[in-house]
Amino acid sequence: MFDTFITTDLFIQAIVETLYMVGWSLLIGTLIGGPLGILLVVTRKGGVLENRLLYNILNPIINIIRSLPFIILLIAIIPFTRFVVQTTIGTEAAIVPLIIYIAPYIARLVENSILEVNPGILEAAESMGATPFQVIWYFLLPEAFGSLILSITTAAIGLLGATAMAGTVGGGGVGSLALTYGYQRFDTFVMVITVVVLIILVQVIQSLGTFLARKVRRR
Amino acid sequence: MIELKNVYKTFKQKDNEVQALKDINLKVEKGDIFGVIGFSGAGKSTLIRLVNLLERPTKGEVIVSGESLLALNSKQLRKAKKQIGMVFQHFYLLESKNVFDNIAIPLILQKRSKGEIRKRVMELLEFVGLSDKEKAYPNELSGGQKQRVGIARALATNPSVLLCDEATSALDPQTTMSILRLLKRINEEYNITVMIITHEMAVIQEICNKVAVMEQGEIIEQGNVLEVFSNPAHPTTQSFVSTIVQHDLPESMKSKYKSIPGSRIAKLEFFGKEVGQPFLYEIVTQFEVKPGILFANTVEIQDNLISTMTVRLTGQDDQIIRALSYLKEQGIQVEEVAE
Repeated sequence: MFDTFITTDLFIQAIVETLYMVGWSLLIGTLIGGPLGILLVVTRKGGVLENRLLYNILNPIINIIRSLPFIILLIAIIPFTRFVVQTTIGTEAAIVPLIIYIAPYIARLVENSILEVNPGILEAAESMGATPFQVIWYFLLPEAFGSLILSITTAAIGLLGATAMAGTVGGGGVGSLALTYGYQRFDTFVMVITVVVLIILVQVIQSLGTFLARKVRRR
Repeated sequence: MIELKNVYKTFKQKDNEVQALKDINLKVEKGDIFGVIGFSGAGKSTLIRLVNLLERPTKGEVIVSGESLLALNSKQLRKAKKQIGMVFQHFYLLESKNVFDNIAIPLILQKRSKGEIRKRVMELLEFVGLSDKEKAYPNELSGGQKQRVGIARALATNPSVLLCDEATSALDPQTTMSILRLLKRINEEYNITVMIITHEMAVIQEICNKVAVMEQGEIIEQGNVLEVFSNPAHPTTQSFVSTIVQHDLPESMKSKYKSIPGSRIAKLEFFGKEVGQPFLYEIVTQFEVKPGILFANTVEIQDNLISTMTVRLTGQDDQIIRALSYLKEQGIQVEEVAE
């Protein structure tokens, strides 16, 4: 029907690869970035576990990693990637830099979400004699939950964009499809279809995030 | 119950230091409803935050239930805080939790059993009159209802002291009254000592038995509410008292009556058993002094009455002076309005 190089199977495989990369790096990135974000909040001046040293180490490291564009980070950490997954090409090899890219981003987003919690809530928690862990678990996280969901949504969309560059290390996914077929082989159909698929994916992720956030907020 | 001894609090800002509290000494006895009143910036919020060490004093001692809080380590302090409930002006409820869970939180922190928590929360909901709101979220409640939840939460762990930081300041007058009545019930039924910070005289008038007046980080006057109200020494106290005990004649009235020769204007203030006695009749018959009432007012403070009256006395001048000293002998406070 269309004059194109790709098959439906190839295309579905690319979407699966994209979701695979986004899914895993989002999951592991959140497991790393979430606690880091919490640490940033509680160790800052006036926090429940104020620790200037830790904060002053964490904060700049996160800034440094965040200042690198993903395409540079991807190449710069190739030795590290080889160390972790024993290879530097393929989907797994793309996930390592994706995690390193997204974890500090998530840390920042989580930090901002938690900082939005009314400081009075902390005062109330403190007046009840809550331990620092209890303050985080029973007060900060539940109160920030809706905002946290939106933060993770933002991170997922950021990741989706980053996976497009994973093609450079043979990571696959729709971005790589657009690059190798659409751009290098002048296949306009692939290009258009890729753009449409990416737009739909972003819409779905954002709507899902907004829906869940509204549900937990109940306001 | 609560004792602050020589407490100072200094806040360090970038280049300067702000002395928020200076040499604070106060003692709240068990069963008291102790009010602290002052204009904003007087340091009263800092003062109440010292009692559960939300703020640490720069110097001085904080003793609650015989325990010096500053000597405790963080674990002991957390335990001590369970004896001290706190209610806030802006409630500070968890928006993400319903009423039940909000009240349950202090009990969850103490790892009480589910059954025990359920029983206690239902009991508290009943007490504050919100049994039907168990599943409501804070954003579905009115200000007064939110404060009831805040109070129930503060009472969850059966504290012996309840601290109220401007607990009624965000509420309308009618809701304020109902919250004050609730606080009074807490004081009477649970025998909980209440300390309340406010800038509203009505709060002190309605429920407090003791009061401290603060200005610029210092307590300028304190004692029994009736004593302080009936005889305010400091200008700030007087201005607070004047918001409920009307003392002053309207200007136009003053100028109209002052100039009349052969008469004096006196301000009389009496409280307790003197109220209702026929003093005016006595000065008419004994001294042939004719009183004309320019102004009169009676307020009730803690089941005690304070009456103020401004009278114009006409008659022979020496008789008027004798009449005034007679009134003083009867325990009435007499103050001549200056010519």
